[in-house]
Amino acid sequence: MAFRIIASQCTQCGACEFECPSGAIKFKGEAYVIDPEKCTECKGEFELQQCASVCPVPKTCIPA
Amino acid sequence: MSSPMISLKSLTSKTTMNQLLATAKSGACASSSCGSPAKPDDVDPDTWEKIKDHPCYSEEAHHYFARMHVAVAPACNIQCNYCNRKYDCANESRPGVVSERLTPDQALRKVIAVANEVPQLSVLGIAGPGDACYDWKKTKATFERVASEIPDIKLCLSTNGLALPDHVDELADMNVDHVTITINMVDPEIGAKIYPWIFHDHRRFTGLEAAKILHERQMLGLEMLTARGILTKINSVMIPGVNDEHLIEVNKWVKERGAFLHNVMPLISDPEHGTHYGLTGQRGPRAVELKTLQDRLDGGARLMRHCRQCRADAVGLLGEDRGQEFTLDRIPGEVSYDASKRETYREVVARERGDHVAAKSEAIGMVKTAGSSGLLLVAVATKGGGRINEHFGHAKEFQVYEASAIGINLVGHRKVEQYCRGGWGEESTLDDVIAALDGIDILLCAKIGDCPKDQLTKAGVRVTDDYGYDYIETAISALYAAEFGLEPLAATA
Ligand code: SF4
Ligand code: SF4
Ligand code: SF4
Repeated sequence: MAFRIIASQCTQCGACEFECPSGAIKFKGEAYVIDPEKCTECKGEFELQQCASVCPVPKTCIPA
Repeated sequence: MSSPMISLKSLTSKTTMNQLLATAKSGACASSSCGSPAKPDDVDPDTWEKIKDHPCYSEEAHHYFARMHVAVAPACNIQCNYCNRKYDCANESRPGVVSERLTPDQALRKVIAVANEVPQLSVLGIAGPGDACYDWKKTKATFERVASEIPDIKLCLSTNGLALPDHVDELADMNVDHVTITINMVDPEIGAKIYPWIFHDHRRFTGLEAAKILHERQMLGLEMLTARGILTKINSVMIPGVNDEHLIEVNKWVKERGAFLHNVMPLISDPEHGTHYGLTGQRGPRAVELKTLQDRLDGGARLMRHCRQCRADAVGLLGEDRGQEFTLDRIPGEVSYDASKRETYREVVARERGDHVAAKSEAIGMVKTAGSSGLLLVAVATKGGGRINEHFGHAKEFQVYEASAIGINLVGHRKVEQYCRGGWGEESTLDDVIAALDGIDILLCAKIGDCPKDQLTKAGVRVTDDYGYDYIETAISALYAAEFGLEPLAATA
């Protein structure tokens, strides 16, 4: 289970990158991407997925 | 006046070091210690030291010094209804144009390039898009790198206040003297209409709860800054029907907590910016509504009247944006800082400024003691230095001064489309300029052609270039005297 970022919606603000407790989000080439291997959906850390909670654009960080 | 007139013009355009020195040395004395300090009466000496070179904090300094912004901190922890994050942060900059986002290293290169080329540069600010305190690592890295290369540059940041309390101590350690907090409400009921959500303590809050947390964090941050002697400017966005009346209350709260300056800015809500307010048809205030509110706030926290809502990557004097000259692709990969131009410029300014202050206080004194109840609204074309030194056709804005029994005060500015392009004037542009000058009695400029002059006169705006290159206040006092039948001052240089 993991989250992913809809690149076409992303404003590239980078907030999700530093809020992610798993270090799963990186700027790769042209866009922010979530490494599905690393994403834990924030389980055990936070009640809600941090990337989705901080992202200013609705439906941009969504379940993969 | 005693000292010869020194042209600041040569210093504001691109020049070689030799030209600059020649200009500077043409004065009577080459020491930076001569020239009287320009401290206004109502500011204590410590504070004056902090604001005297800061164009946003001192109206007087804004004639001489320039700021630049770097957009290094795009992440934000709140959503404002006047912001569309695809564009710039509306709390400090004009939305609608995306600024060039920089890494801290790119920002350092840019600051050095600007410092080498724009000798008036005195302030580096981080002001959106995003929040400098929330996106803290990038803000801090940028400030540290720049301060180690250019130690005398003033560091300034702008924040929504939510993450501010977490970083006040580091700000103090880094000698950040100036912080702007955008505070649009002290009543969470009103806040809930402005902020749909905040992200705090690892979760999203909405509605009243969000506004309450934001309010408490803003007040705490402000108090912490005041306790450490860091000067604060409060920006408030005036949103008609939402917080316009309420800003009087905001002014009281922030003044009580030691805010140095309060800057009320008009909401910008063009539909094409795609903000919530833009899309729902929330209008911004008219110029007269803004001025009326500012007049009612006078007597509270000191008001900033010369704000230009500059872009997040603006470069230059307020009212001027040379940002496009310094985009990354125009900056060499390797730059090294050369302090000489900035140092020379400071010496020139110290002298010119002393002279200006003397002329200014003489002029204002005359108007005050005249005992007239007359009021004169004067628009001025200027490119800095406190003088009427811009041609009518080249002006992109006019600064507006009010002369009355309380003195001569800058009360605002009117932006216009430049009338003269490539040597000829555009008829329709002139109509827009005339519209923008609504309510102005007299327009002062360095030069104006007969045709626009006649048109302006017909439209009821008197215009003259007789005072070209004089100090602004000196010219206004002479006009005031002529208008209300008083003894005019002898003209000063
Ligand atoms: S859901 Fe949590 S762990 Fe996964 S990418 Fe988002 S913030 Fe990181
Ligand atoms: S928080 Fe959202 S908009 Fe910002 S970089 Fe992450 S996905 Fe993009
Ligand atoms: S603080 Fe600035 S960037 Fe953040 S939502 Fe408000 S206006 Fe936009």
